[in-house]
Amino acid sequence: MHRISRRIFLTFALLTAALAEAQLSIEITGAGASRIPVAIADFSGDSTAARIVTTTVRTDLERSGLFALVDTAGVALNENSPINHDEWKLRGADALAAGSLGRSLDGRMEARFRLYDTQKGVMLGGKAFVTGNEQLRAAGHRIADEIYEKLTGEKGVFSTRIAYVVKSGGQFLLQIADADGQGAATALTSAEPIISPVWSPDGGKLAYVSFEKKKPVVYVHSIASGKRHIVANFKGSNSAPGWSPDGRRLAVVLSKDGRSQIYSVNADGSGLQRVTQSAGIDTEPRYGADGNIYFTSDRGGSPQIYRVSATGGDAQRVTFEGGYNVSPRPSPDGKTLAFITRREGRFQLAAMDLASRQIQVLTDSTKDESPSFAPNSRMILIATEMGGRGVLSAVSSDGRIKQRLSVAAGDVREPAWGPFSQ
Amino acid sequence: MKKLVIPALLSVLIVGCSTTPLPDENAGAPVESRTGGNGVAPVVAGGLDSRGLPMELTDPKSVLSRRSIYFALDSYEVKDEYKDLLASHAKYLVANRGFKMLIQGNTDERGSREYNLSLGQKRAEAIKRSLTLLGAKEEQLESVSLGEEKPKNAGHDESAWSENRRGDMLYKATDGRGEF
Repeated sequence: MHRISRRIFLTFALLTAALAEAQLSIEITGAGASRIPVAIADFSGDSTAARIVTTTVRTDLERSGLFALVDTAGVALNENSPINHDEWKLRGADALAAGSLGRSLDGRMEARFRLYDTQKGVMLGGKAFVTGNEQLRAAGHRIADEIYEKLTGEKGVFSTRIAYVVKSGGQFLLQIADADGQGAATALTSAEPIISPVWSPDGGKLAYVSFEKKKPVVYVHSIASGKRHIVANFKGSNSAPGWSPDGRRLAVVLSKDGRSQIYSVNADGSGLQRVTQSAGIDTEPRYGADGNIYFTSDRGGSPQIYRVSATGGDAQRVTFEGGYNVSPRPSPDGKTLAFITRREGRFQLAAMDLASRQIQVLTDSTKDESPSFAPNSRMILIATEMGGRGVLSAVSSDGRIKQRLSVAAGDVREPAWGPFSQ
Repeated sequence: MKKLVIPALLSVLIVGCSTTPLPDENAGAPVESRTGGNGVAPVVAGGLDSRGLPMELTDPKSVLSRRSIYFALDSYEVKDEYKDLLASHAKYLVANRGFKMLIQGNTDERGSREYNLSLGQKRAEAIKRSLTLLGAKEEQLESVSLGEEKPKNAGHDESAWSENRRGDMLYKATDGRGEF
């Protein structure tokens, strides 16, 4: 058994190496002000499998910027080991996780763990996840999500996925990877540009704009089957898809009547309705948790963010500061609006508290674009530029935590953070 | 094959008439009747290029091979210097009602991709409006935008950006062959 699992792992490692060129690598460039000191003891069980799970859990928690890993000095524990809380407190840990890779009664591989509050000397919880040699990192992400939620009170996003576009060697690749950039797979390869990917609320589909017909056309693409269909291919340009919260409709931008205006359409392309009626450009529609569609419009002379009821009607202006505010993205929790603002010629990510209307510029870069919220509303993924190359950057909604994701051979752009995994 | 040759011949005739006034809504009719009465469809060697378009549209010596209209920064209006070129294209479309044109608007790389897509659309619409006013039919024209996605010049300075603030005109012949 041991030998077989090792062989599978080796094959997997070789495959991973072959894909390395297209893999995202991640770099942490900023962390939270106060981080929770947490100890993750080495998981017990099959050493290769246990190492993968341990490393995944530690890397996830550290990368989030909210935790400081406490040195465990190589101590291996399992979920049933007696815990000496005082010893872990002395090492500086507020929390400790211990677990193992083992077999369930019916012979399936399981990753199990327990989490302890060493300050109070109590167990906070524990879980077991059925896994396999190819899902060890997934099991690690699940465990990291549990630890994150128990210690911060909000849901973790380590098990989520991201989509983005890589431009490499004259080709455009729509890729999907785990939130840590690992396991990248290409959903679509095209000789023409692909922009504006957005995840369906159930995480099963992507809507995007492809230029393969020499013009922008909106598609919906089922990720598991690879099947896709055209949602909007009217005369003129078709772009900027945004899913309704129930996943039934898409807001799209069509120029069929001359100017770029917002419409909504069923996900199968039927039932077209016009949403905005303006004398200018209306684009970048996104449904908010408040039932409004947030969008960019130049109806007032410069591009600014507005909102309108999803069924249409009068629009209200949302941004007033500066002459260029675009790409509105309401957070899933409805509290924050992320957008791109131009300040002294620099395009930067900004966040508006929707209750107080206070605006904070979150980056000091010059070419930020296409923000996308993590499903827990804490992090915002953007495309930006470093050393002349397109990279992705994840920034916390308070601007303190920053991570950078890049691909060795190519430009990465158009990120979209997927929903919580189901 | 025969179908293709007729527009090719037509275009030769039109270019010959360089002193003809700019076409108005009724322009093209006399030209059509002239060929209609002709009754002969002579084959012009090399009359079509590799994409099945008349050489007149693609031969670098022909004014109709000029397909790009450049725009000023933050501008979505066709400059006066392009009025003659658009008149030539309109004239061709009037004389060749079976031909279609795809107008692709473009912008420089700065700012939001989707907002730029809408700005590129405004440039394409401006070109389309000019051609329509000069007699081209709505159903011959489609204006679309490539936004900042297909830069002609991949540089990151004003000289590159000025090349990318542009509208391009692509032709498709009556038989469906062509550039889009």
